Amino acid sequence: MILLILDYGSGNIKSVYNSIKQVLKDNNLNYKIIVSNNISNINKSDYIILPGVGSFGNCMENLSNKPGLLDNLEEFVFIKKKPFLGICVGMQLIAEYGLENGKTNGLGWIEGRVKHLDIQGNLSKEKLKIPHMGWNNLKVNYKNKLFDKVNEQDQFYFLHSYFFEVENIRNILASSYYGMSFPSVVCKENIIGVQFHPEKSGNSGQKVLINWLNNY
Amino acid sequence: MLSTRVIPCLDVHNGRTVKGINFLDLVDTGDPIEQAKIYNNLGADEICFLDISATLEQRKTIYNVVSKVAEHCFIPLTVGGGVNSNLDFDILLKSGADKVSINSAAVKDPSLIKKASDKFGSQCVVLAIDAYKDKNSSSGYSVSVHGGKKKTGIDALKWAVKGVEYGAGEILLTSMNSDGTKSGYDIKLTKLISESVSVPIIASGGAGKPLDMVSVVLQGKASAVLAASIFHFGICTIEEVKKEMKKNGINVRKTW
Repeated sequence: MILLILDYGSGNIKSVYNSIKQVLKDNNLNYKIIVSNNISNINKSDYIILPGVGSFGNCMENLSNKPGLLDNLEEFVFIKKKPFLGICVGMQLIAEYGLENGKTNGLGWIEGRVKHLDIQGNLSKEKLKIPHMGWNNLKVNYKNKLFDKVNEQDQFYFLHSYFFEVENIRNILASSYYGMSFPSVVCKENIIGVQFHPEKSGNSGQKVLINWLNNY
Repeated sequence: MLSTRVIPCLDVHNGRTVKGINFLDLVDTGDPIEQAKIYNNLGADEICFLDISATLEQRKTIYNVVSKVAEHCFIPLTVGGGVNSNLDFDILLKSGADKVSINSAAVKDPSLIKKASDKFGSQCVVLAIDAYKDKNSSSGYSVSVHGGKKKTGIDALKWAVKGVEYGAGEILLTSMNSDGTKSGYDIKLTKLISESVSVPIIASGGAGKPLDMVSVVLQGKASAVLAASIFHFGICTIEEVKKEMKKNGINVRKTW
């Protein structure tokens, strides 16, 4: 099996690599990890992770700038229907568009848009800090194998100022709360997105990653 | 609910950990990689490294430390000390740091904060402020640089507000008067800064017992608490701190 971490100039690639490497080792899985943005690597991969740190617009621009990358990524997701995991901004990019520093079109794989966390003023009203930074819980809306052995005590590391306002509640596997409820795990068939950083969420994050590899 | 973070800090000098009293008397306490792994297992929500090496050559040892720690600890890592360019940010982030803190160089040239946040995102730019009590300053606190050795007379509150305007995503606020004293955090300072900026504040300097953490969160409005000595010297554990915080109604990540 080949797992590709899509390297498109976003930060934290190494964190994702380190964490996946440990998960594979702990579970005796002999998968090959490739960190690349090479199209031939997309075509031979069995799993793709899209990490994301930075702004929606920048990340989307970097993805679009590489000729053929998006076409091949969509072939992987929609024709081959292989497992895709978007992390943080990598999850937000799945939306139709984002409103960070102006409107930017996203991948449009799951209906919805990316908005500032304080769009309704709830955070300022409660004097909550922005970004939403630190460890928070998940409220699971739909049972999913992604949450095997994940219990109420498990917390995950978040770091973001924008959230994915998902159109269809069926696509929201789990939500988290910070001044308001927002989607923290989204899903549509083989497409999964997590707003938190599983690679930085200690054992709880490792559990989600192995569940993803085992069940998707 | 968001948990309040408990962050052990490792002061690193030439690749080894130290903890000084008021930043002066250095005592070697060991290997930063092993210590980080221990803190990770003991429930640290994040680990902070402060490199206090004097020269550029010695400072290179931190890259290896961060890179090794990042292979084993899957929690956020903040690294600072001697950071003075986007190149430093780039190398540290590539080594495995999640956030980089900038201090003296930003006081000298605030545009460094903007350059770093434009390039890497404000989420990874931590502005470290070493504040000392100063009657001549309108907020009552001024900023010192070079590990507290040089007083600038710059108002700490104004500097914090400006730093956030320039793109800092978090403030690591150390009270130089409290640091190393174990007599508690400077609650007044923490509250003053926290209520004036929108970004999270990590309170630092003066932790002596778990209740000090409780006070600086409840009264000082800190989003996270940082300590070095009390954890290094086993005065209390991260778990004891979290339990005390929980008992006082503060949400924490349960790791026991």
